[in-house]
Parts: sequence; structure tokens; C-alpha cells
Amino acid sequence: MEFLVAISIGVMTAAGVYLLLRLRTFPAILGLAMLSYAVNVFIFVSGRLVMGAPPVLGAADAMTDPLPQALVLTAIVISFGMTALVVIMALASYLNADTDMIDIEKPGEQPETRR
Amino acid sequence: MMEHWIIAPIVVPALIGPMIALTMRHDIVLQRIAGLTSGVLMLGITVALLVSAAGGNVESYELGSWPAPFGIVLVLDRLSALMVTLTAVLGLGILAYACATGWDNRGRNFHSVYQFQMMGLFGAMLTGDIFNLFVFFEILLIASYGLMTHGGGRMRLRGGVQYVVINLAGSTLFLFALGTLYGVFGTLNMADLAERAAQLPAGDAALVRVAAALLLLVFLLKGALLPLHFWLPNTYALAPAPVAALFSVMTKVGAYAVIRVYTLIFPDTLEPIGGLVGTVLMPAALLTLAVGVIGVLGGATLARIVSFAAIASMGTLFIAVSTFDEAGIAAALYYLMHSTLAAAALFLIVDQVRARRGNSALALQAPMPDGGLVAALFFVAAIAMAGMPPLSGFIGKLLVLDAIRSADWWIWGWAFILITSLVALVGFARAGSALFWKPHDATAPDDDPFQGAPGATSNLGLAALAGILALIVALTVAAGPATRYTQAAAGQLFDRQVYIHAVLGTPDERAARRAAEAAAAASATGSTHAGGQATTDSAATPTQEGS
Repeated sequence: MEFLVAISIGVMTAAGVYLLLRLRTFPAILGLAMLSYAVNVFIFVSGRLVMGAPPVLGAADAMTDPLPQALVLTAIVISFGMTALVVIMALASYLNADTDMIDIEKPGEQPETRR
Repeated sequence: MMEHWIIAPIVVPALIGPMIALTMRHDIVLQRIAGLTSGVLMLGITVALLVSAAGGNVESYELGSWPAPFGIVLVLDRLSALMVTLTAVLGLGILAYACATGWDNRGRNFHSVYQFQMMGLFGAMLTGDIFNLFVFFEILLIASYGLMTHGGGRMRLRGGVQYVVINLAGSTLFLFALGTLYGVFGTLNMADLAERAAQLPAGDAALVRVAAALLLLVFLLKGALLPLHFWLPNTYALAPAPVAALFSVMTKVGAYAVIRVYTLIFPDTLEPIGGLVGTVLMPAALLTLAVGVIGVLGGATLARIVSFAAIASMGTLFIAVSTFDEAGIAAALYYLMHSTLAAAALFLIVDQVRARRGNSALALQAPMPDGGLVAALFFVAAIAMAGMPPLSGFIGKLLVLDAIRSADWWIWGWAFILITSLVALVGFARAGSALFWKPHDATAPDDDPFQGAPGATSNLGLAALAGILALIVALTVAAGPATRYTQAAAGQLFDRQVYIHAVLGTPDERAARRAAEAAAAASATGSTHAGGQATTDSAATPTQEGS
């Protein structure tokens, strides 16, 4: 069980890093999503893998740590919001600049507009 | 009642921010009034906190009265009081500048996002819980994404995407580090972590080292230390200049987090860390300084030159931090105050230059209107940033040089700091003469004078900019009290038991609390199953250490 979870976290992280390094917005967003899935599972198992036990102290012989579950909820909410934000920003950037490269080859200067 | 003031710097912007967004969306004047009122309030509160912390006691505030280490705590000590006051001062000055020059009106929701930015910054500096630190990092980052792309534009949006992607990757690393820490220690309260790290079972040393290194990576990404500095020049040069000025305090949050975590939780004396942080930090800081001034020397626009100067100042700051002794941290804190103000002032000058000639490129253009005044302000700020006498940069660098004298690598530190000061001076002289002097040559083109945005060159904006420069002068004049305070703050950081006892209680208090809990559990009913005892047992943190 531990082996399976560890391998899946590792594979997801590797896929996420690879996609992130593609330097185009769409693969990078997918990569960031992969990375956040990996880290969510990672946090979840940081309270150790316990099967079929309630997250309540004293209700049964064994218990599972409830705190990582609360932490992972926070992390899921934040990563969900961030993914939505980066999608919108990538779209705005693509529509404005006609390119979806993340890398900026010739960083010019944002000119002052005459507004 | 005084203790509740600790949370006020977080609550005030958290209330006023949504209020601006929901009820004042269409009225920029009301937004400005609310934003500036909030800024003044935050400044007043943080100064009161600074005065209260200057006495030397560490105050802990338990959110919702959940006792530490189970609930989240906010902790006010000299270091966090200094950081929040610096942030509030700079935040108010930059907000005044943004209002005066009309920057807040070039896109929507500037003021409410600005409030959330302040809230995230204050929260990150006050929290005593490392997962809460992550949450406040995210708040300040979300707000900074909004501010970074404020006003829009092709290049700015592209820079914004780059900035968001790199920070999301950083946040993921932060979570991996926190998961590892929780897996080893079973707690996220910083004081509790500090106690448990000191009595770590030998088998977990490697895991702790991994967690400490991951955390360092995250903080250095925020602090823009080589090789994690690459995002900064694009972001700062493409962001609206007042926002870039505010961002100069965001890199300092990275420095603050390094100082806090690696003096409290993972001090250099801790067995599994064993000098790891200092040995990694020192060469990286030296190279950061070198790369920064090379950028200052070679930058094609003033915006990029100032961005690289900000990177160089982080290098100097981390050179002092990497000693991890009292003198080093004290010097680093003084230099931190100085470099934040100097970088902010320089970014506002970049804005003044752009508003007068359309860009800040060092190319030959017609002379800008009121160029002499801007040149004078640039002269003052550049002297401060390069570290020439008589301003605070000189004192700051002197303190850093003095602090690293006892380290065995001092010759490297001295060589890098002294040579880079000269190079930075040449770089700023080149930029100043290209922008302010050469346009007055007979060969300069003088057709098509640029018309900037209305109000962008207003005198009120210049007054706000002069106010920040006046703060640099004040920091120079009051160098005596300021260094006494930073030395006291550094001393408090290395007296870790004070912090731990303020959060978790002294050993006597904890013993008394456990006794009371045990008595309550015994008197409850006969049905005290294992649960009640397990609670008191897990609350029983070891008490062997002396105070």
C-alpha cells in the first residue's frame, strides 16, 4: 500500500515537472495541476496510512490522524483557486500577445499608454 | 485587552478590502479615502505594536482561544514588530503615491487588492504556525498577481503569467516541505517544532534535512537568491512601478522567513542541520550580489537596472544572514530596512521617468520636463542604494562588513561587497548620465515631446516619493536607536526559550495545566476511556529543558 502511494506520488510529480518545463501555458497549467494532486496525496499520507479507522480519538482501537485531512482541504481549495486564476491569466496573455510561450525572449518595457 | 491588538493589522485590511470591492466599486474618491484611512490605521496599530514589543516581551495570541500547539497562534516579538511597521510605513507611502499619480485608476479594484496584499504581508510576519505561514503566503501572492497585472498590456500580462507559474511551483514545494515536517514531528506550531526538533530520534535526521532544505528553497525563491532570482527582473520591470516598489518588501518576506525558521526551528547548532544552511547560503549570497551588480552595470532600461539592484541588495542581506549569529542578524535587519526603502524609492523614480518620456530606456531622447528635479531625487536614491556615504546604505554595509569580520570566509565577503559597491556606483552613474545629462547635448532629438497620463507627474506624487527618501535620511540620522533595536531583536531571536515559553508556556505553567487537566478527567466520570488519557499524554510535551 505504502509502495503504491509513494510510486503514484512520484509519477505524478515527475509528470508535473516535465509538463512545467515545456514552457507553454497549456502544458504548464496541466503540470501545475499534476503537481498539486501529487502534493495533496503527499500531505494526506503524512498522517500515515491507516485503513478503516475513524478520525476520532478513543472511538475505536485505531485512529487516523484528522489534521492532514484538514490541511489537505486547505491545500485543495487554494490550488483549485490558483489553477482557475492561472487559466484566466494565460488566456488573457494569449489573446493579448498571440503567443502561449511562457518564456519572454526579448523583455521590452511596458510602455506608458496615453490614457 | 492590549493583547487583541496583535490581530488588528490583519483584521483591518481584511474588513476594508471587501468593503471597498463591494460598496465603493464605482467611486474612486471613496476608494482612495477608505484605502488611505486603512493605511493610516494600520500604521498607527503597527507603531503601537512596535512600542509594546520594544520592551522585550514576546506576546502570543491564541486565535479562538485554542491553546497552542493545537490552535493557530500569532506571535509578536521584536523582529515581527519591526517587519510589520516597515511594511505599514512603506505601504502607506506607496498607496499615497499611487493615488496621487492616478495609478489606482488605470485598472479596476486596485484598492481592495492592495488591502489584501497588506493583510497577507502582515499575517506572514505575525503568524507562529508554519502552515498558517503558507496560507498567508498564498494570500499575499494572490493579491500580488492582481497588482502585478494591474493596468494590463501585452508584455505585463506575459510577465504576470511567468510570475504566477513560478510562484505556484514554489507553493507546491512549500507544501511538500510542510508534509514532510508534519510526517516527522506531528505538529506545525513553530515553537512546538523547535522543541521537538531539539530531541529528534536519530532515524528521522535525513527526513528533517530534506524538509529544511525544501523550505530554504521556497524562501530563497521568494527572496530572489541565485539561482532562484531569474523571475525577478521581468516581474519587477513589467509590473506597474508603484507595485514593483511595494514588491520590494515581498522579497524581504523571504528573508524574514529564513531568519525566523532557521533561528527558531532549525538553528545551526541542531544536529541534522549542522551548518548546512549557512554553507549553502553564503556562496549563493556572494554570487547573487555579483550577478545583481553586473545587471546594474549592463541593464538597458532603468527599470531593469533597479530590479538588478534589488537582487544585489538581497545578496548583501543574505551575506549577513548566513553568519547566523547575533551581530550578523542585527546588521541584516538594519540593511533590510534600508534596502526596502531605497529599492521602493528607486522604483517610484522609474515611474517618474516613464511618465515624463514614455519609457526608461537608456537611449538618447529629448530631455524630459522637470528633469533636474527627478535627477536630484535619483541622485539621492542611487547614493543610498549603492551604499555611498552619507546615507543609510553606507551604514548598513559598514555594519554587514563588521558583522562578518569574525567568519573565516570574511575576506570573500569583504572583497565582494567592496568591489560590487564600486561597480554599482558606475552602473548608476551610467544610467543617470544617459537619462538626465546626455539629452541636453546638442545632438539630442527634441521633436515629439511625450505626453504622459494625466496626473502622472503631479507634485503630490513627488511629495510621496520625497517622503520615502526622507525615511532613508531618518534611518541614517537615527542609526543609533535603530541599530540598538535590531541588536535587541537579534538577541531575542537567539534566546529561543523566550519565544517557546511565550507560545507554549513555561515548564511550570505546563505542569500546572496538565495537573488541572488530569484532575478534570479523573473527576469527570468512571467512563474515562483511553481517549481522555491519550489527550493529556499527547499534550504532555517534555519539560526537561531549563529556562
